[in-house]
Amino acid sequence: MTSPEPIIKAENLIKRFGDFTAVNGISFAIYPGECFGFLGPNGAGKTTTIRLIYGFSPMGGGELKVFGQDMHRHWREIKARIGVCQQDNNLDPDLTVNENLLVFARYFNLNRDQARKRAAELLDFFGLTPKRDARISELSGGLLRRLVIARALINDPTLLILDEPTTGLDPQSRHQLWEKLRQLKAQGLCILLTTHYLDEAAQMCDRLVIMDQGRVLVEGAPIDLVRRYIGGNVIEVEDPAPGLLDLLKGEQINYEMELNRILIYTVDGEGLFRRISREFCAGGCTLRLATLEDVFLKLTGRGLRE
Amino acid sequence: MNPTNPSSVPSTEKSISWRFIRVWQRNWDVYVRTWKINFIPPILEPIFYLLAFGAGLGYLVGQITWEGKTVSYAAFIAPGLLAVNIMQNSFFETTYASYVRMYYQKTFDAILATPLNLEEVILGEIVWGATRSFMATVVMMMVLTGFGILSYPSALQILPFALLGGLAFGSVGMCFTAIIPSIEVFNLPIFLFITPMFLFSGTFFPLEQLPFWARVLAYFFPLTHVVELCRPAALGVYRAGQFWNLAYLAGFTLVTLPLALRLMRRRLIH
Repeated sequence: MTSPEPIIKAENLIKRFGDFTAVNGISFAIYPGECFGFLGPNGAGKTTTIRLIYGFSPMGGGELKVFGQDMHRHWREIKARIGVCQQDNNLDPDLTVNENLLVFARYFNLNRDQARKRAAELLDFFGLTPKRDARISELSGGLLRRLVIARALINDPTLLILDEPTTGLDPQSRHQLWEKLRQLKAQGLCILLTTHYLDEAAQMCDRLVIMDQGRVLVEGAPIDLVRRYIGGNVIEVEDPAPGLLDLLKGEQINYEMELNRILIYTVDGEGLFRRISREFCAGGCTLRLATLEDVFLKLTGRGLRE
Repeated sequence: MNPTNPSSVPSTEKSISWRFIRVWQRNWDVYVRTWKINFIPPILEPIFYLLAFGAGLGYLVGQITWEGKTVSYAAFIAPGLLAVNIMQNSFFETTYASYVRMYYQKTFDAILATPLNLEEVILGEIVWGATRSFMATVVMMMVLTGFGILSYPSALQILPFALLGGLAFGSVGMCFTAIIPSIEVFNLPIFLFITPMFLFSGTFFPLEQLPFWARVLAYFFPLTHVVELCRPAALGVYRAGQFWNLAYLAGFTLVTLPLALRLMRRRLIH
């Protein structure tokens, strides 16, 4: 199999803040047309990593090539081809919706006609045309987010970087945004996103990494990760009867013990569920499909962060 | 693996291109939107001061003889007002206004995701501050001309002085912005730096009135040099030593501007 030139190739990236190592030698490659996700609990190093990729933070070590070019020497060319949505809605409150796009276009050296044309297209695509002359303070959370993404696309980038794109949005706005992102991806845009919504990652990402404490724990397609680390199903047993643990140990079935609950990870969910539900499930038993969330919690633990 | 020395920021990251003008343009666009409000201070301020000091205090002071020319007190302080106006416009722009853009509006963060670097953003802000000094000077000169107390054509020299002074005060303002922990703390440089300059830079009385040590101190103030450039130009008299005023302001800018860029990089780029 011949894989195309990667859009991003990172090797052993390191970023330190004083004594604290935020990114601790991570490597990954992202290919054209892919949607790639960075998952991890708060403080895992996701945002720090993508800040290295769009040239905001200087690297503390390692090698980073974007579009085949070295970040150190070609940062300006690289940044010209990236669109970035940072976590904050840092739109310009002194300007209108349309002016936000036009002023941003100038940072990329688009001329006035190109900028107007591109801004009109983007406003249309994101359903913002009726708001084109509104002030930023008049927009709802969902519209703000769409405008931030529209602004990130003003330079017609090859790579779109989204740092927690749907945090704080209502379900309707989230789904609408995912739909737009899918359309962009279908047009060939490569998307890199960080999120801690596992359903978002499962929906959007072709491949992802789960990070914790500055390191990559696993990498792969969402479905593969679920299969690899969990199996097909999860059986949740409330107040398990005493014999259940012995049974699981005896048959070497993967499980996780919580305070009053056992999570059993299994491929053959139904068979096992039928067997244990008769004898051990006085307190209640549920059988469900395994999700990325199970993988995430299994790998990064259930303790609170920060 | 090729080990990268973390302390060696590649030279390209600090290179400054003409793209800083994009930041200037952004501020210009916002300014044009609110130009009516922006023009009010430089129109009203000289009128208030001329009424209070010129008519009120001038009645007591009477005429002043300066560099061999006898002028009214109003004509004497008019260039002082212009110099103060130059100082305030760029200084307030690169302190309060830049701080709001940097900290509250996160405008700098957004720009840093485009092909500009931090040095270009900050330079754009400082040059914009100088531009505000320039524009405010134009407006104030028109008002003062209405009072008939500027001597032309020599008063036109004040325009380039406004740009240079604007760069100097904009740069030092940006240095404060880079180190200030919160916006309230700007009171400190204003009280310790701006107010003493306002009073003791030869703005409202000749420096010769001060004791020797205070006069020496006054020459460390950039405002003193702006006043010494503006007054002969406004009154149409020749005065020796203007080269040194220019040299001081240029030197002051050549120190504070690169310092502002460095301090800002230390503050914002991690």
